[in-house]
Amino acid sequence: MTWTSILALALGTYALKAAGPVLLRGRELPRPAGVAVGLLPAALLAALVATQTVVVGQTLVIDARLAGLAVAGVAVWRRAPLLFVVLAASATTALVRALSG
Amino acid sequence: MPAIPAMPTVSDADRGERSVLPAAGALAVAVGVFGISFGVLAVAAGASVWQTSAMSLTVFAGGAQFAAVGVTAAGGAPVAGVAAGLLLNTRYAAFGLAVAPALGPLGLLRRLVAAHLLIDESAALALSQLGDPDNATARRRARLAFWATGLGVYLTWNLGTFLGAVAGGVLADPTALGLDAAFPAGFLALLAPQLRDRRGVAAAVMGGILAVATTPLLPPGVPVLVAALGAIAALRLPARAAPR
Repeated sequence: MTWTSILALALGTYALKAAGPVLLRGRELPRPAGVAVGLLPAALLAALVATQTVVVGQTLVIDARLAGLAVAGVAVWRRAPLLFVVLAASATTALVRALSG
Repeated sequence: MPAIPAMPTVSDADRGERSVLPAAGALAVAVGVFGISFGVLAVAAGASVWQTSAMSLTVFAGGAQFAAVGVTAAGGAPVAGVAAGLLLNTRYAAFGLAVAPALGPLGLLRRLVAAHLLIDESAALALSQLGDPDNATARRRARLAFWATGLGVYLTWNLGTFLGAVAGGVLADPTALGLDAAFPAGFLALLAPQLRDRRGVAAAVMGGILAVATTPLLPPGVPVLVAALGAIAALRLPARAAPR
C-alpha cells in the first residue's frame, strides 16, 4: 500500500459514509422512503448474516462458520445476551474447525 | 424462524437501554482482536507500522482494509486494492441514509465525526434499536448505540492495529479461534427483533437470498448493498404505509 492509495481509500470511504448524514442533516427522509428505510435494517442485517456466513470472496463456501451460526440461531431464539451468542458461535466454529482438521 | 411475540413497550425500552452498552462493548472487543490480525497482516504484506496505523485511523473500515491489503499482497496494483476497498464500502452510503435521521440534528463538526464512525457494527447496533416503535426512546437508544459502538470500536480497532503491526506474528490465525463466525452471529442477534412482523421477515428473507444469489456475480461487498435495496424495492410497499 502506498501513501497515495491509503489517502484515496480514506477519502473515498469517507465520502460514502458522509453521504447520508450530510445530505439529510438530521432531517427525515420523505415518508414513502422512510417506510422503505424502516425495513432497511432487516434487509441489510440479513444480507450481512448471509454473506458473512457462507461467502468467501466471491464464492459460496459451506464451512465451520455455519455450525457456529446454527448455535447462534438457537441462542438468539432463547434470548441469550449478545456476548453469549458471539462467544458460543466462535467456540463452536473453532471446535468444528479443530475437529475437522 | 418462529414468530417472536411482541413485548410490552415499557420493558422493551428499559431492557433495551441497559443492553446497548454491553453489546457495544462486546462488538468492540471482537473488532479489536481482528484489528490485531489486520496489523500483523498488513506489516507482513510490506506496509510500515505507520502506514498500517494510518489506514486504520483514516479509513476505519475493516473489510475494505483487509481487501486492499490482500489485493496488493497478492500482487495487484495499488489502484486495484483501492477499488476493491471502495466497492466493499459502497454499502455505507445506504447505512448512512438509514442511520442519519436517528442521529437527529447535529452540528456540522459532530456530523462529520459521526460519518467517520459509521461502520457495520455501529450502524447495525443503532438500526437494531429502531423499528417498531420508532419513537423518541428508540432514537435515543439508537444514538447511544451508534456513538458507543463507533467510539469503542474506533478505539479497539486502532489499538489492535498498532499492537498487531508492532508485535508481528504473535497472534494466531483468528479463524482458528472461530472469530470469523462472531460477526454474523452478532448480526443475527441484532436481526432478531426486526423479525417481529411479516414485513420485517419478508425483507430479511429477501435480503439474505439476494445477497447470496448475487455473490458470484458481483465484487465482494456489493451484494450486501444490492440485496438491501433490492429487497425493499421488491416488497413494493403499498401507498398506505402501516401506521407507526
